[in-house]
Amino acid sequence: MESLGSLGGSGLTSAQKEELMDKVKQEIALANFQELLTKITEKCFKQCINKPGISLDNSEQKCVAMCMDRYIDSYNVVSKAYSTRIQMERN
Amino acid sequence: MSEFSSVSSFDVGDNNKSSAASSELEEFIMVEKQKAQFNAQIHEFSGLCWDKCIDKPGNKLDGRSETCLVNCVNRFIDVSLLITNRFTQMLQKNM
Repeated sequence: MESLGSLGGSGLTSAQKEELMDKVKQEIALANFQELLTKITEKCFKQCINKPGISLDNSEQKCVAMCMDRYIDSYNVVSKAYSTRIQMERN
Repeated sequence: MSEFSSVSSFDVGDNNKSSAASSELEEFIMVEKQKAQFNAQIHEFSGLCWDKCIDKPGNKLDGRSETCLVNCVNRFIDVSLLITNRFTQMLQKNM
């Protein structure tokens, strides 16, 4: 117990702590990814499917694919703009 | 989940050692929380500014849309700061 305590404190070895932190980070990354997926689906459904038919036709599929790419582009632009602004506000 | 419960059960045992370890974990959680808030804000902006700036998604993101997106983020922050300041003033006047 003594050696464990000096290694990582509170009885967690540093390896265990590392593992815990990794797991938390993974969960957060997954949640972030899911949020992006949900947003894209919602926005591109709205954008591309005006009157839902009996199947997803070719032009709708193309629209959704393009919409998805542009949404990711936009996400990256927004993310950069926000980071730049935060940096500016700090100075 | 089991990891979390084991952390707290270990914490009870040794005060000195656990405070060092839990402060490290606390800092980790704080940093991750800030990152999560930052990411949530980006999702919020992306949705809002997508609606404002993108009429019909084209083959690539054109310069005008990009400018609009950047402006959209910055003006939203401006509005947010403006309202926060006015609100503070209103509260101070009423004190």
